[in-house]
Amino acid sequence: MRLPLKITKPLLGDLLVLLLGLVFVVVLFSTLWNHAPAAKVQIRLADKIYATYSLDQNRTIEIKGPIGITRILIDHGKARFASSPCPNQYCVHQGWLNHMGQAAICLPNQISLELLGGEKPFDSLNY
Amino acid sequence: MTIPKENQSIKIQTTADDHRIAKLAALAISLHLVEAILPSPLPGVKPGLANIVTLFVLYRFDFATAAWVSLLRVFASSLLLGSFLSPTFALSLSGAIFSLGVLFLGQYLPRQFFSAVSLSILAAFAHMAGQLLVVRFWLIPHAGVAYLIPIFMAAALVFGVVNGLLTNYLLNMNPSKQEG
Repeated sequence: MRLPLKITKPLLGDLLVLLLGLVFVVVLFSTLWNHAPAAKVQIRLADKIYATYSLDQNRTIEIKGPIGITRILIDHGKARFASSPCPNQYCVHQGWLNHMGQAAICLPNQISLELLGGEKPFDSLNY
Repeated sequence: MTIPKENQSIKIQTTADDHRIAKLAALAISLHLVEAILPSPLPGVKPGLANIVTLFVLYRFDFATAAWVSLLRVFASSLLLGSFLSPTFALSLSGAIFSLGVLFLGQYLPRQFFSAVSLSILAAFAHMAGQLLVVRFWLIPHAGVAYLIPIFMAAALVFGVVNGLLTNYLLNMNPSKQEG
């Protein structure tokens, strides 16, 4: 049996839905894949901002938190938890952060890193 | 020897509607199973061919039949695949419920402007949204899931269009009695 493939004219509403769908997907890509490089790292200890460092200068920072000393590494535009006395090591396993808006938190030692760009896109920690 | 009356086979009264729903659901289940063995580049990115059946039923019959076919497909396929009550089943069910919700509203769109393609795209988006909500709030409660949303939604758009076109084609091949 031969199936005739009828090409029907696309309907106006279909094109409209398709167009809106495309716009929706593009907006999702541009907002959620915001891979702008970061410029600074902000470190918080408990409820206070401990320090803000530029990511241009390599350095190791040692911070004393409630359960011990956490070491944070800044290296060529990226930052990470190098070591922490916490039991689960989630913060260390999160690895290098280099995009604006990324964050890593060590809850047991009450220390968090947040990468900032020239301008802050959104406050991910308060959100 | 005569069979005692209480041992005779039990007859369930079925209507023509029940038979139709069962046949259409069987079709949807087979499509679902074929899809389950297809490899996928990303878990969760699937064409959703079974939704063609749901859409076809919505156009040829009514919303209630489409909902029956869709939900029966979710339950029966999960039993056949051995994923009943597993996370896969939860994803499938929430996707089906969300897309049925959108189809319920979408069936009132004027037919002269909106064909099955529109409904298919909207249902695909809703299906993905329902699944992503389960992923975000139950399976992977981490904000990093957000990075995958654009990929999933792009896939939903592509497969939504393809499924919609296939549904239109099927509807043209099988004209309803009213349309002649």
